[in-house]
Order: sequence, then structure tokens, then C-alpha cells
Amino acid sequence: MTKEKREILIFLIFTLAVLITPLFLRGSYYLNVLVFIGINTMLAIALNLLLGYAGQISLGHAAFFGLGAYISGILTTRFSFDPWLAMIISALMSGGLAFIIGFPILKLKGHYLAMATLGFGIIMFIIFNETVALTGGPSGLSGIPNIHINSLVFDNDLNNYYLIWVITLMVMLLSINLSQSRIGRALRAIHDSEVAARVMGVNARVLKVQIFAVSALISAVAGSLYAHTMTFISPASFGFNFSIELVTMVIIGGLGSIYGSFLGAAILTVLPEFLRVLQDFDIVVYGLMLILMTMFMPGGLISGLRLIGEAIGSRIKRKSVSNA
Amino acid sequence: MLRIDGITKIFGGLTALEDVSLFVNKGSITGVIGPNGAGKTTLFNIVTGLYTQTSGDVYLEEKNISLYAPEVLAGLGLVRTFQNVELFGQMTVLENVMVGLHTKSKSGIISCSFKLPGQIKEERYIKEKALHWLEYTGMADAAEIKANNLPFGKGRLLEISRALAVEPKLILMDEPAAGLNSRETSALANLIRKIRESGITIVLVEHDMELVMDICDSIVVLNLGKKLAEGTPREIQENPAVISAYLGES
Repeated sequence: MTKEKREILIFLIFTLAVLITPLFLRGSYYLNVLVFIGINTMLAIALNLLLGYAGQISLGHAAFFGLGAYISGILTTRFSFDPWLAMIISALMSGGLAFIIGFPILKLKGHYLAMATLGFGIIMFIIFNETVALTGGPSGLSGIPNIHINSLVFDNDLNNYYLIWVITLMVMLLSINLSQSRIGRALRAIHDSEVAARVMGVNARVLKVQIFAVSALISAVAGSLYAHTMTFISPASFGFNFSIELVTMVIIGGLGSIYGSFLGAAILTVLPEFLRVLQDFDIVVYGLMLILMTMFMPGGLISGLRLIGEAIGSRIKRKSVSNA
Repeated sequence: MLRIDGITKIFGGLTALEDVSLFVNKGSITGVIGPNGAGKTTLFNIVTGLYTQTSGDVYLEEKNISLYAPEVLAGLGLVRTFQNVELFGQMTVLENVMVGLHTKSKSGIISCSFKLPGQIKEERYIKEKALHWLEYTGMADAAEIKANNLPFGKGRLLEISRALAVEPKLILMDEPAAGLNSRETSALANLIRKIRESGITIVLVEHDMELVMDICDSIVVLNLGKKLAEGTPREIQENPAVISAYLGES
């Protein structure tokens, strides 16, 4: 089986699993968790395109998530836009903003880039809090309408599940395509040696800004979906802590792996449910996970799974050889 | 092919290059030699757009390329290899060469994400061409190996394969034989001749005198940032200034 065919097969199996999962679940609790996993998967993939492929850090990605949510929320509640149209506008505006700030910011490297994106995240957080007339300030924005297609309204958990996951699957597929194309290779080339990539004709400066904009656009779509499924948003969801959580998802799942992003998002969505007993100390667990992962499994959980898979494969092969 | 006209480069208070001019004929192999710190790599960095010179101009086929960025120069057919091998370490050998075909393809983010028909065709072309260049340099067997896992000599060869994929008019090679054993060096000499025969002009910085004298049509000697001499290998070997500054040591 060729690499491409295997890739298609894996995606089909994943899609099938996503589509039939609700049949085995009872009660809205699990569906709700899965909706959050979907949203976080989109966000982790968006950040992974930037961090895992192009090798550019962003510690302010929650801001684009928030921007998508607020633009969509404000357009629908205050100006009664259709949610779909609001989503498209919020995605284009967030992508556009990223494109504009990307040119000065992405000239920076390493720690300086981390500081600049951190600053951007904090500025946006302050704007969400302080522009009370538009955003409702710290007490949040409520009454955001649900998305609907004609008479089909996405206002219950099952409908939301399918809405979020169909779009998540689309984001996954497009990102996989992108990562395996000349653009994906150019991004990884920039990651490994920017100077050599440029000498090979890759316009690193422009490509980094473009992927930053794409990443912001996907994050904004996730934000818009979040706003329309929750119908209520407040700045607390889009702060610095969440930016760090996103970076943690990408690293734990696996830098430069789309399925790894799903894995990281799933773990970091489910884990807080178990860490409630620790109250505010849950952040310690995240820190510990990050340290352990970077020390022992720098390729993330997805690379760990691959190793286990290979070990089992070779054991089966050995057994069949000894039996013969 | 390449004309360097009065290049001066000053780093802080240090003059790395002072009024260096040279001319490279189309289809030739030109060697740039000189003791450590003579300014050879600095000259390469200026020509390939990684550094900006303090004064002077660089022309590629009569086009002034003094202020062009490296990615633009690649499109014009000027590439280089690096002294400390700059591979894309996490990518396979084949993928490294496929990046070399970046200027030969043009699908953008949208057509790549949606796998539009043109992009699929282009991707097939990129892969075929990349395999062609790996066969050209004799590396086809290693196509699926991760570049970081290659032995050093193969890494140098991969850098050349990747540069060839750009289909350049001119390749600058920065110490291509450094770290190679004698068998690898003679294979490299043959490869460089083969590349020249395909019509590509080559400029190389090299410390391996045997290789330089063997394959170069003309040689430029730099010393302490200035051009000391230029001529055929024989002329250089007999030049008293060169002998006292450089060759005399051996």
C-alpha cells in the first residue's frame, strides 16, 4: 500500500469513528465533552501549522480564538447578522489582522517572537474586557443565536456534535493536504534551516506570514463555532492560560502531526475533569506533562504510539517467522 | 556569467573584504582559495544575498543583483551549498530535493489545501524530477532516509542534489570536499565535472589544493580580504606572491 493510500484509509477510518460515536453514547455530558474536543482539535491544528510545521511560536493564539468568537457574537447579537455570514466575516477579519501584524512580528525569532505574541494576546484580552459597550466586558456577551440551516437549528448536543465535527474533519483534511504539499515541505524546510530554505527559493518571510494568517483564520472559525454553540462568551475563556494550554496540546500530541493535535486536544480537554480535585493546582500537572514529554518523547504521544505500533508489528513478524 | 565589481564589506571596524573584483566565465569552474579568514565565505554570502556589501556591485549575466534576496536569486538561477551542510534534517532525502523544486512549481496555500487538479499534477512532476536528480548524483537508494541520519559525505552530496533541482545557471559551493575521504573527494571531482558539462557554471571555495588544481579552469586567491592573484592553476602555482602568502606554508 502506498503512503498516500494509507493516509486516505486512516482518514476514512477516523471519519467513520467520528460519525458513529454518538450511537454508543447516552446522555448529553459525553457529547458535550466531544464538542469541546472538536473545537480544541481545530485550535491545536491551527497552532500546529505555525508551531509544528513552520517552527514559529505563538503564545497568544487564544486571542484569535477570542476574536473569532467576539466578532461573530457581536455581529449576530448587535447587528443581527446571519451566524454563517458572521463566521465568514470573523474568519476573514482575524486572518487579515494576523496578516497585518505578521509582517513586523514574524521578523522576530525565538524568545522575542514568544514575547511579541504574548503581548498581542494580552492586548486582545484587555480589549475584550474593556470595550464594554461592544463585548459586554468581564460579565460577557450572552444571547448569541445558534447556527441554523433552514429549519435545522443547532441547539442541542447531538446537532452541535455533528456541526462541530464535520467542520473539524474538514479542517483536518485540508491541513493534511497542505502539510503534504510543496507549501508543507517549504514550511518544514524553514523550520529546519531558514537560510537554506531561502537559498532554495522559498520566500520565508511571506510564507511565515501567510501561514500565521491561515492559523488565525482557523482559530477564528473555531471561536465563532464556540460562540454559536455556547451562546455565551466571556473574556476568561480567551486569556493567557488558554494560549499556554493550546501550546501544551500541540506539544503533548506531537509537533508536526495533525492526528497528534487531535490526541493532544482530547487529552487536555478530558484531563481537567479528573483534575478538579486539585483545584488551581491543575496547572502543575500540565507543566509536569510538558517537561516529561519534551524529555522523554519529544515527538509527542503520536510518535510514542507509532513506536508501540512498530514494536507490536515486528513482534508479530518474528512470531510468524518462528512458527514457519 | 558572474561579475563582482569592487566589493567592500566592513563588519564594525573590521574590513572583511576590500575592493574585490572578479569575473566568472560562463561554463567554467572557478576556484576561490585563500587562508582562513581571507573573506571567501563572506564573499559567497554577499553574492547569494545573505549579507549586504558596504560598497560595490554584483552582476549576474549583466543584471545588477547587488540587493537581491536569496529567494529571488534562486529564481534567477543562482544557488549555493554551505560549508557546514545546511540540510532539512527532519525531512527525507527525497523531500529535501523536492524543496529544491520550489521555484519550479507555483501552487499556493489554497490549491494545496483543496488538492486542486493542477496541484496534483504538479506534485507528481516535483516527485519525478526530484528522483531524477537523486539518480543523477547516485543517491536514489537513500531517498527515504531522514537527512539527519545520513553520513557526512552523503549529506554533502544531498546538498548538491538539492541545489541541482533548482536548475541553476550558477552554483556556488562552499568547501564541498571538507570532511570527505579521498574516495569521496574523487567522486565529487567527477560529479562537479559532470555538472559543468551539463552547462552549469561553478564557483567553489575549497581548501583541498589537489582538488582545486585538478578541476578548476581559473583560480582567484584572496588574502586578508584582498584579491592577491588570479589565473590558471599553473599560473597560481608559480605566482611568487601566492607562494609566500599561502602555498609556501606547505
